[in-house]
Amino acid sequence: MDRRRFLVGTAAIVVVPLGSASATPEAMAEAIRKVVGDSAVTESRVTLDLPPLIENGNTVPLVVSVESPMTVADHVKAIHVFNEKNPQPNVFSARLSARNGRAAIGTRIKLGDSQKIVAIAETSDGRFWSASADVIVTLAACLEEST
Amino acid sequence: MANVLVNAPKTAKRGSVVEIKALIMHPMETGFRPGTMGKIIPRNIIERFTATWNGTEIFDMEMSPAIAANPFVSFFAVASESGTVGLRWTGDEGFVVEERVVIAVE
Repeated sequence: MDRRRFLVGTAAIVVVPLGSASATPEAMAEAIRKVVGDSAVTESRVTLDLPPLIENGNTVPLVVSVESPMTVADHVKAIHVFNEKNPQPNVFSARLSARNGRAAIGTRIKLGDSQKIVAIAETSDGRFWSASADVIVTLAACLEEST
Repeated sequence: MANVLVNAPKTAKRGSVVEIKALIMHPMETGFRPGTMGKIIPRNIIERFTATWNGTEIFDMEMSPAIAANPFVSFFAVASESGTVGLRWTGDEGFVVEERVVIAVE
């Protein structure tokens, strides 16, 4: 075996993903499918605001807002947020109506690992819109009881 | 029992959009963490947060263990008429807390 072939071979071995006990991107896709069904999701109109670098995964401020006139004829019906690597893929699901005037929700969430967060909005015409954000978490949400 | 902090304007112009912020003290125990004895601490979270304006539901949010401890939620509402905003949190172990704020619309 020549040197070049040896190097290519080792590179192929090294790239093996490590499994973990948390939710996976597939679990998130499954959770999204439950909400969206077979409808297409357009990556537009939704803004997902959270810090790109998170020092403490226990409380991460997050704001989801959707561009919408919020009238009876055209408003945002629901906002869902999903994550990839917490134990469960769902974060929250909120129902809105024209009575909200503005489609924006702020809250604080826990993140167990660096991952991708996805927000999906459903408008009154039955269409789905999304936004996603990749975040880096330095200190994960605690997994053990503090003493 | 539970400590609640609500931030909403006392007065608002008719038809304007007001922001309502609510914070409640709650551990939001995920049910995935082992305690000091190695046993999993049972899940204890707030599952649902709803808001009503004079009795009509205006906001409904389903929470998961991924919501941080002492859940904070902010949302918007159209100030249609003077009235009471009712906030209600329900969750595991029979957790129910209600809070109301009065907004005068002129």
